[in-house]
Amino acid sequence: MVEAIRLRDDDVHEEPAVSLDSFLDQSNATAVRIEAGEDARQLLPFLDRLSLIEIDFTVFGDGRGYSSAQILRESGYTGELRASGDVLVDQIAYLRRCGFDAFAPDSPINPKLMEEAFSRYDHVYQATSDQRTPIWKLRHG
Amino acid sequence: MYQYDQYDQKMVDTRVEEFRDQVKRRLAGDLTEDQFKPLRLMNGLYLQLHAYMLRVAIPYGTLNGKQMRMLGHIARKYDRDYGHFTTRQNIQYNWIKLEEAPDLLAELASVEMHAIQTSGNCIRNISSDQFAGATADEIADPRPWAEILRQWSSFHPEFSYLPRKFKFAVIASDTDRAAMRLHDIGIQLVHNDAGELGAKFFVGGGMGRTPMIAPEIRDFVPADELISYAEACLRVYNRYGRRDNKYKARIKILVHELGKEEYTRQVEEEFAHMKDLGLNPPVEELARITEFFQDPPFDLQANDELDLSDPDFALWVDQNTAQHKQAGYAIATISLKPRGGIPGDASSAQIDLMADLAEQYSFDELRVTHSQNIVLPHVRKSDLYALWQKLDEAGLAPANLDLITDSIACPGLDYCSLANARSIPLAQKISERFADLGRQRELGELKLKISGCINACGHHHAGHIGILGVDRKGTENYQLLLGGSGAEDTSLAKITGPGFTEDGVIDAIETVTDLYLEQREDGERFIDTYRRVGMERFKEAIYG
Repeated sequence: MVEAIRLRDDDVHEEPAVSLDSFLDQSNATAVRIEAGEDARQLLPFLDRLSLIEIDFTVFGDGRGYSSAQILRESGYTGELRASGDVLVDQIAYLRRCGFDAFAPDSPINPKLMEEAFSRYDHVYQATSDQRTPIWKLRHG
Repeated sequence: MYQYDQYDQKMVDTRVEEFRDQVKRRLAGDLTEDQFKPLRLMNGLYLQLHAYMLRVAIPYGTLNGKQMRMLGHIARKYDRDYGHFTTRQNIQYNWIKLEEAPDLLAELASVEMHAIQTSGNCIRNISSDQFAGATADEIADPRPWAEILRQWSSFHPEFSYLPRKFKFAVIASDTDRAAMRLHDIGIQLVHNDAGELGAKFFVGGGMGRTPMIAPEIRDFVPADELISYAEACLRVYNRYGRRDNKYKARIKILVHELGKEEYTRQVEEEFAHMKDLGLNPPVEELARITEFFQDPPFDLQANDELDLSDPDFALWVDQNTAQHKQAGYAIATISLKPRGGIPGDASSAQIDLMADLAEQYSFDELRVTHSQNIVLPHVRKSDLYALWQKLDEAGLAPANLDLITDSIACPGLDYCSLANARSIPLAQKISERFADLGRQRELGELKLKISGCINACGHHHAGHIGILGVDRKGTENYQLLLGGSGAEDTSLAKITGPGFTEDGVIDAIETVTDLYLEQREDGERFIDTYRRVGMERFKEAIYG
């Protein structure tokens, strides 16, 4: 088991994440895991009581999870948003830009390369869920 | 034209260093080819049959002399002394070494150029009208809008692992020189009733295996909602576009399967969520960028008369120049389709010369066209003769723009690992068969487009005459198509019937052009006659 990476200061959420179906069926669960093809919007009524949402990447090239993350953050979700599965260092900066703040990769990520990936670009062109200031805003104040 | 500020330059420089690091890790074996592939593709690097191919972005096809000269330098230093201008208004080099690619990109960055997102399942180079800023028939210059989109789409974190590649075109004229409706998103700038400039959105066009003409989904998106609307279009695609089959993964399939109304409904719903998220640059940003696209200092007294006493020059003027919005000036197209040549190829010496001529005669501006030619957009009429003489000396003055030998061809089996058949030798043979310029002019406007496989990089679906190379039991076979158009009268070509050998398809082209000459009525182009007369008549002539 590869150790998870967290970019958050709060305590690790101990409750295991349940599948979306079980979550919608029960539940008072506070952690849920959604697959690439599942609709993140189904979680919107429950964001207040969720502390962990895990989004799985079966293959890194399937980018649906990026939109799921953006939707959750745009809707005000502030809990842990974890990318799990085929999560590689070369995508990790984009994942963070879409609002992920925790990573549970199948294979270990070199911490030095990860730091480089996070700090490499001084600026960004778009406004996304990480709240970085886009270049157009720097230009126009 | 647009100039980078400190931010743009830093982004591109950083990308070079990032890629240098990725190449180093690949060469050291720390990245598998599967892991490296999407990274190199997002920097325009393909593995072809013989070597790496690098595709350099030329945003909306606009560049200056210094940038053009850099393209020549790269051809000399890193390739075999030539480059290939593409149907996406880009340039490709076919013989690149992986270990040299980072240095090459660093040289490009020194002249505000890059290869970012010229490949991969992401938003590609934004294409536009090659006559932008020079033609009288546009309502505005589309390029500031294309530049806004370029910046927004560069390194977009949500849309870099889409189901498939994604192409935008932006035009601002009812005359479509960019095959706008054959793009994933086509945008036409329009005025609303209040006289404000905005974007009409067409979504779900494309060529490839399943050609589709993009339907209009929104008649007006205001300037300050352009980005959020585009994000909504992309998000619906990213979430629901097919990922189970790469041949059904383009947005055209999603729009087709959902239906235009349902896709539009989903986009509007997404847009309602997104429009107030602060995703759009302020109108001041569009104004800032528009400043870079002001008219060059035209001589308003420039002489509008032209001495056409040299008959060869007169032919070139008639065929290869277009009316400029400013009296006394012309738009000149340099044909990269010499007799027997490779469509779109230019040697480093020719590239250098075109750079010089742009500086000398066209306010330091060039354009690449999707038909694989080069445009000097702002040439004084009084300079045209001198310009033509210099082009002619360098083999750059074929007077065949929009004629049958001005063909589009994909790289085909000579380079491409996807191809089933060769395209280039066929284009060369056709160019020889129809070499007589008088005969070509008699045939008039005739868009001939050749693809070496069903992926349609040579735009055969949009050819008045299209040719599709297929593999038939191990031998190259060519299907003939008729009736396509990538212009404002967009239409998709239809296959005539059983395919031909290489020589056979050229004979068949002669048969259909002969029939056209016999059947045409006053002022009809080939495509007009075809549309009036119908496929059956042409089939009879071909197959008897």
